[in-house]
Amino acid sequence: MKHVPAGGQWLFMVLLTLRALHAQSPNDASFLSTVGELREATYSDKVSIVERLSQGGHPSVRAVLTALLEGRLYFRNNDQKVFIVKSAEGDPVHLIDPLSLKDAGSTPADSLTQIGTNNALRRMLRTTVAHFALSSPEVAVRLDAVRDMLRSLDDATVALLRERLGVETNSNVKKEIATGLALAALDGTDARARLGAIATLSQSVSQDARNRLALLLEKSPGGAFIESDEKVRRAAASAVETIDYWRTFYSGIQTLFFGLSLGSVLVLIAIGLAITFGVMGVINMAHGELMMLGAYTTYAVQVAMPGHIGISILAAIPAAFIVAGLTGVLMERTIIQFLYGRPLETLLATFGVSLVLQQSVRSIFSANNRSVVTPDWMSGSLRLNDALTVTYNRLYIVIFTLIVFSLILVVLKRTRIGLNIRAVSQNRAMAKAMGIRTEWVDAATFGLGSGIAGVAGVALSQLTNVGPNLGQSYIIDSFMVVVFGGVGNLWGSLIGGMSMGIVNKVLEPYAGAVLAKIFVLVALILFIQARPRGLFPQAGRATEDK
Amino acid sequence: MKRRAICTTGLLLIAGIVLSKVAAAQDTIKVGVLHSLSGTMAISETTLKDTILMMIDAQNKKGGLLGKKLEAVVVDPASNWPLFAEKAAQLLEKDKVAVVFGCWTSVSRKSVLPVFEKDDGLLFYPVQYEGEESSKNVIYTGAAPNQQAIPAVDYLMKEVGVKRWALEGTDYVYPRTTNKILEAYLLAKGVKAADISINYTPFGFSDWQTRVAAIKKFGSAGKKTAVVSTINGDANVPFYKELGNQKISAEDIPVVAFSVGEEELSGLDAKPLVGHLAAWNYFESINTPANKAFINQWHTFIKKPKRTTNDPMEAHYIGFNLWVKAVQQAKTTSVEKVLAALPGLETPNLTGGIAKVLPNHHITKPVYIGEVKADGQFNVVWKSAGTVPGDAWSDYLPGSKDIEADWVTLKCGNYNKVTKKCSGQNYK
Repeated sequence: MKHVPAGGQWLFMVLLTLRALHAQSPNDASFLSTVGELREATYSDKVSIVERLSQGGHPSVRAVLTALLEGRLYFRNNDQKVFIVKSAEGDPVHLIDPLSLKDAGSTPADSLTQIGTNNALRRMLRTTVAHFALSSPEVAVRLDAVRDMLRSLDDATVALLRERLGVETNSNVKKEIATGLALAALDGTDARARLGAIATLSQSVSQDARNRLALLLEKSPGGAFIESDEKVRRAAASAVETIDYWRTFYSGIQTLFFGLSLGSVLVLIAIGLAITFGVMGVINMAHGELMMLGAYTTYAVQVAMPGHIGISILAAIPAAFIVAGLTGVLMERTIIQFLYGRPLETLLATFGVSLVLQQSVRSIFSANNRSVVTPDWMSGSLRLNDALTVTYNRLYIVIFTLIVFSLILVVLKRTRIGLNIRAVSQNRAMAKAMGIRTEWVDAATFGLGSGIAGVAGVALSQLTNVGPNLGQSYIIDSFMVVVFGGVGNLWGSLIGGMSMGIVNKVLEPYAGAVLAKIFVLVALILFIQARPRGLFPQAGRATEDK
Repeated sequence: MKRRAICTTGLLLIAGIVLSKVAAAQDTIKVGVLHSLSGTMAISETTLKDTILMMIDAQNKKGGLLGKKLEAVVVDPASNWPLFAEKAAQLLEKDKVAVVFGCWTSVSRKSVLPVFEKDDGLLFYPVQYEGEESSKNVIYTGAAPNQQAIPAVDYLMKEVGVKRWALEGTDYVYPRTTNKILEAYLLAKGVKAADISINYTPFGFSDWQTRVAAIKKFGSAGKKTAVVSTINGDANVPFYKELGNQKISAEDIPVVAFSVGEEELSGLDAKPLVGHLAAWNYFESINTPANKAFINQWHTFIKKPKRTTNDPMEAHYIGFNLWVKAVQQAKTTSVEKVLAALPGLETPNLTGGIAKVLPNHHITKPVYIGEVKADGQFNVVWKSAGTVPGDAWSDYLPGSKDIEADWVTLKCGNYNKVTKKCSGQNYK
C-alpha cells in the first residue's frame, strides 16, 4: 500500500467539504459546467475533472460519479445536455437530471452518446465513490467500500476509516477497517503501535497484508535489513509464517472444491449414460448431443422469457428434461429397439444420430455459438475470507448434481417404474413373464437417461459454450466415468466422477491441464486392466450374460 | 456434418462443371476462396468467404478487371488441415485460379504452403500470425508479432505500468511462437524470469477455475500484473466468465487478447469483460469515412444490419484491393508478374492510413489497442504513430534475428545476414 500525499490532499478536501455541506450552498452552475466538460475531455483530463467534481462537494456528485463508473452517464446529441440514465439497456431510455436527480423524461437510445471511461479512470472513480458508500446502511456495500479504499491508502482515507471505526457496528466491516488501519500504522514511528499493527495483520489471511509484512523482511542491496528494528522484524517474520500457513490451508480447501465441482460436472454428464449404457447396455454415442439439446433448450427458454433471466434457468430444467427425454424415446422406438444385442451396430447407428442432431441444430440455430446469459444469482462468488472464495455457479452445480443424483436413486429404488426398470435389466425374460411390458420399459428407461442428459446440458450451458460441438467434448469423459465407476452402478458413477475430478484438480497446478488429464486417463487404463468391471462391479449372473 | 460436406462438394462439382463451360464461353478471371465453411473454424472463416464474395461482387459492378468478369471458386476445407492442402491443389491445378484468398489458423497455412510453392500459386493470408515465415507465394496481410503483440506489451509496460506478466495461450503453433517472442522481448526489457508465467491449455478448454485462481495468486504479489492472452477460439468465453466470477476486474489485472475481436464478442455477454483489452490493426468502432462505407457495404451485402466487421475482414479488403491494383499494373493475372508488381504497391486501409506491400511480403499496418465496451465494441485507448512495417523474422528470437526476407533485391525469404546464405523458403 502506497502513500499518495498529492492525492491525499484533495481527498481530505472532500472530507472537509462533505462536512461543510449542510452549511454552505454549492454552486449549481459551476457543478453543471464541470460535468459538461466530461463530454469532450481525454481520459487523463477526465481524471482531473472528477477530482474537481468531488472537491466541489455538490450533493449530486455521488450520483453523477456512480453513473459515470457504471457507464450510465450520457449526453444528448442535439443540445449537448448531460443526463444520467436509469439503465443503459432498453429503448427509449429513462433520463435523470444530474442536478436535481429528478426524472427528466425519456428519449430514444440513439439520440444519446455515452461518456466513456477507461480502466485507470474507473479505478480512480471506484475509490472516490467508495468514500461515499462508507456510510451506506447496507453492510455489503460498506464492506466493498472499505476494500476498495484499502487499495489506495492515504492520509485522508485513513482518517475517514478511523472515524468510521468509531461508529461501525458490523464486526466484518470493523475487522476490514482494522486491517486497513494496521497497514497504515506499519509506516508509523511508534514501535509499540507497529508491533500492535503486526499482531492485527497476522490475524488476517489477506495477500496484501502478507506482501506488506514481507517487505519488512527484505534486505537492501548492501545486505543490511531495510527495517532497522529487530523486534519488528521478528514479529513480522512470524506473522508472515502464520499467514502463509493459513493461506496454504485454505488453498488446499479451494483445490478440493475445484475437484468436487469438476467431479460433479463429470457425474452429471455420466448419470444419464449410467442408465442407458449401464442399466440397458446401449452404447449411445448420441449421449453428448442429448446434452447439447438440453443446452439449446436453455437458450430457447431464455429467448422466450426475456426479462426473466433468473427464473428462465430454472424453467429450463424441466423443459430440457422433456425435450431430451422425448428425443431419447423417439430414438429408442425408431432405431435402437431393433438393434438390442448388437452393440457395434448400435454404436454406429447412434453415432449417425449424433451427426443428424448436430447438423439439425446447425441448420436451426446456425453454426455459431449461442450465448446463454448467466443469471445474477449464479454469477460472482461467495467470499468466505481473503484466501478462500467459492464461485456461485460451481457451488450451485455441485448442489444440483447431488439433488439430481438423489432423485434418480429415489426413482429407481422407490417407484413402480424404477422397480420395472430394475426387473427388466436384471432378467428380461422373467420380467416379461411377470407381465411387464418390456418394450415400454425400455423406451421409458432410455427416455429417463436421455432426459437426465438434457438436464446436464442446462448445467453445462452455464459453464461452457453452447454450440453444435458441445456434446462431442463431453462424450468421452462421460463414458470414462461410467466405465471407471462400474457399469450399471449409479453409486460407482458418483464416487468415480468425484474422485476423477479431485485427482485431476490436485494434479493440475503441478502438471498443467493437459498432462493432468493424460495422467488420469493412463491411471484409468491401468485400473481397468486390474479391475475390468470398474470400482463397483455389479454382482450376479445377470450381468454375465449381457 | 459429413453429409453436408458431401452434398456441398457434390453441388460444387456440378456448379464447377456448369460454370467451367460458361467460363469457357465468357472467359473470366477465377478467384479461389479457401476458407472453412464447416467444422470448428467455420464461425470465423465463413465471414471471410463472404467478405471476398462481396469484394468480387463490387469489382464486377465496376466492370470487372482487365475487361473480364471476376468469378469466385469457393471450396470448403472443413477445418481439416490436410484437406486444406488437397483443396489448394484442386484450386491451383484443376480450376487454375489466378489468386487464392484463404486460411485462418497457422496450421492450415503451413499445410497449403508446399502446394502453393510447388504450383507457383498466389495466396493472400488475412490473419494475424506468429511470423517466422516469408514465402515467395504468400502475401501476409495480417499482423506480424511486431504489429500486434509487441506494441500491446509496450503499451501495458509504459502506459499501465505492468511489472508481472502471465502469458496464457491455447496449445498450438501461434501462441507458442508468439509467447516465445514475447518472453524474449520481456527478458530483454529487464523483466525478471520470476515475473513471467507461461501456460497453455487445449483448444475448447472450459474448466478454467484452477488457472484463473492461479492467475489471481500470481497477480497478488504486490506488482501490477497483466495477462497476455493468445487463447484462441471459443475457450475465451468460459475464460472471461471465470475471470468475472472470481472477481478479477480489468482494473486490477487487465487481460490483453490477440484473438478476441468484435465477431467473438458478439456471441457473448460482454458486460463482465468491460475494460479488458484487445490489440488489433482495425476496430469496427474507428470512425473514418472509409470504414463507415465498408460497414454499410457489408450490411447491405450480408442483409443483416447487426453483423460486425473485424480485423481479418479489413485484411482481406486490403489484400483484394492490392491484388486488383497489381493485376491492373501488370496487365495480366500471371502470378509471376503480379508478384513482381506487388512490393511497393499502396492502397488505403479502412482506418485512414496506407497499406504498403513490403519486400518481405508483409504490409504496413497501424496498431490499435481497445478496451471492451459493454456493447461488445472497442474503445480505442492507444494507437501507434503512423503505420508499423511488418517484420517477418522477429528481432527478439536468437535464431531469427539475423534473418531477413526480401523478395525484391535478395530474392530470398530466409536470408542470413551473418553467413550471407539463403536457406530456401522456410526457416528450418
